Amino acid sequence: MIQTNALTKQLGGHTVVSDVTFRCEPGTVTGFLGPNGAGKTTTMRMLVGLSQPDSGTAQILGERYRDLPNPGRRVGILLDASAQHAGRRGREALAVSAHTMGVPAQRVDALLKLVGLDETAARQRVGKYSLGMRQRLGFAHALLGDPEVLILDEPANGLDPEGMRWMRGLLRNFADRGGTVLLSSHLLAEVEAVADRMMIISGGRIQAQGTRAELMTESTTIVEADDLAGLDAALHRAGLATHPADGDRRLVEAEPEVVARAAMADGVVLRRLAPAEGAGLERLFFKLTAPDASTPSTQTDSIHPELAGATA
Amino acid sequence: MSTTTLTAPIRVNTAGVHARPGLGRLVAVELRKMVDTRAGFWLQVAMVALTVVVVVVRLLVGDAAHHTFQSVLDAGLQPAAILLPVLGILLVTSEWSQRTGLITFALVPVRSRVLGAKLIASLLWAVAMLAMSLAVVAAGVLVSSPGVEGTWSNAAPLIGQSAVYLTTGMVVGVAFGAILLSAAPAIVLRFALPTAWMAVLSLPAFSGVAPWVDYARALGQMTAKVMSAPQWAHAGTSLAIWMVLPLLIGAWRIGK
Repeated sequence: MIQTNALTKQLGGHTVVSDVTFRCEPGTVTGFLGPNGAGKTTTMRMLVGLSQPDSGTAQILGERYRDLPNPGRRVGILLDASAQHAGRRGREALAVSAHTMGVPAQRVDALLKLVGLDETAARQRVGKYSLGMRQRLGFAHALLGDPEVLILDEPANGLDPEGMRWMRGLLRNFADRGGTVLLSSHLLAEVEAVADRMMIISGGRIQAQGTRAELMTESTTIVEADDLAGLDAALHRAGLATHPADGDRRLVEAEPEVVARAAMADGVVLRRLAPAEGAGLERLFFKLTAPDASTPSTQTDSIHPELAGATA
Repeated sequence: MSTTTLTAPIRVNTAGVHARPGLGRLVAVELRKMVDTRAGFWLQVAMVALTVVVVVVRLLVGDAAHHTFQSVLDAGLQPAAILLPVLGILLVTSEWSQRTGLITFALVPVRSRVLGAKLIASLLWAVAMLAMSLAVVAAGVLVSSPGVEGTWSNAAPLIGQSAVYLTTGMVVGVAFGAILLSAAPAIVLRFALPTAWMAVLSLPAFSGVAPWVDYARALGQMTAKVMSAPQWAHAGTSLAIWMVLPLLIGAWRIGK
């Protein structure tokens, strides 16, 4: 379990993390989403005591991280896969940490195998590793202590699609066995498929958090028509907010039924009409993380309290 | 607690999950880190190889009658005296330059314990390298000038002084590394500053205070001759300024 309360941190005169409060339950995967520089990494560093908050608290498994006697055995961390000594061999990099946390040396080989680093790779110096190999080594390192909680900063970075699918399976399995996972990403697509809950952070503030369904309270519809101009006119007349989407489609902020009625009133023939789940979430993500979103607009405000209530 | 039952199936091995890593283990890990990287490994190889070369060259030059333990030791200790501080510096600065501190301090959040382990590991390694240097020097002297009178005179006090010389030299390296957190400036300052300082102190105005604060002079004589009580006093005050003070500043900086 991970719990923070009003975490706030200033760096170099401006606030990088502001009033961040959330809770990650055992058995769940939480996606921590936001553009680069939104405050994800700083928040994660504060969780594990590598950075001190100016105010607020963070607890993992009911204690401050630094009060855990042997934190490596309870919390697996991957903050930066490149943070390994370039002159150390892959296996030795894991062995040093295994030694520190008192894990039997055999576990190093088991994990190298699990993440798919073969004998040649294990003997190579980390400086020669590709980004994908470093990321795999980082996963092995995070899992080394057989932890209950995983905190992963941009773990999909550098993984190929196959590696990405492997990672999702691993995290799903970890959570299904009762583990708690917090993973960050600046790409919605990386997180969406595996996360039970999502938090969207921008400008150091949590803009929205909740399950996928909770985040999608605003229903949107994808609609296609041969007569695009006619469709636009109909939607405009009905007063429905409309956004262009890929392939001459329209994304409409309304239920499919409302869109259908508007089109019918103007006699526009629809080719496709469907709830826009993924596209809607993506739009929400962009809306909440747009540069001016750091002070939430009235529209996002209406989502915010509801979600805060739902997750309290 | 509900989380305990939920997470129970994950655990493969529960021994030591709630046990803080002991200082002995942390020291062993730091010793391991000194030699398990490419740079660390070759530094050790260089130290042994250079010690052998220096001792052999020293024995080839001049008359066998002058090849006493004392005179050969003065030369034979120099490779370790120069490379141990570099090793001490790298032991600290690599946590920042190689960014392994992200892992080290996540596994051991109380940073003073990590620094303490590094210091103890440095002392142990300096003693090990002293033993190595002494073995090479003794072997050289035994081969080169057996039976020369007075060859082994003052061996005991010289070995003691050499131990102080090497261990404090390495700790000064750790301290400079902890202050600067970057290898290049730490190495330059560790060696250039005492020399520059000695030049400043050679001005007549400082003749009174110079012996008490001149690290290079006070420590440099340790391997050459048996020191007198006033010389020990000078070494003590110099070490307070050059070792203890930087160490305190470095510990404060790392703990921050």
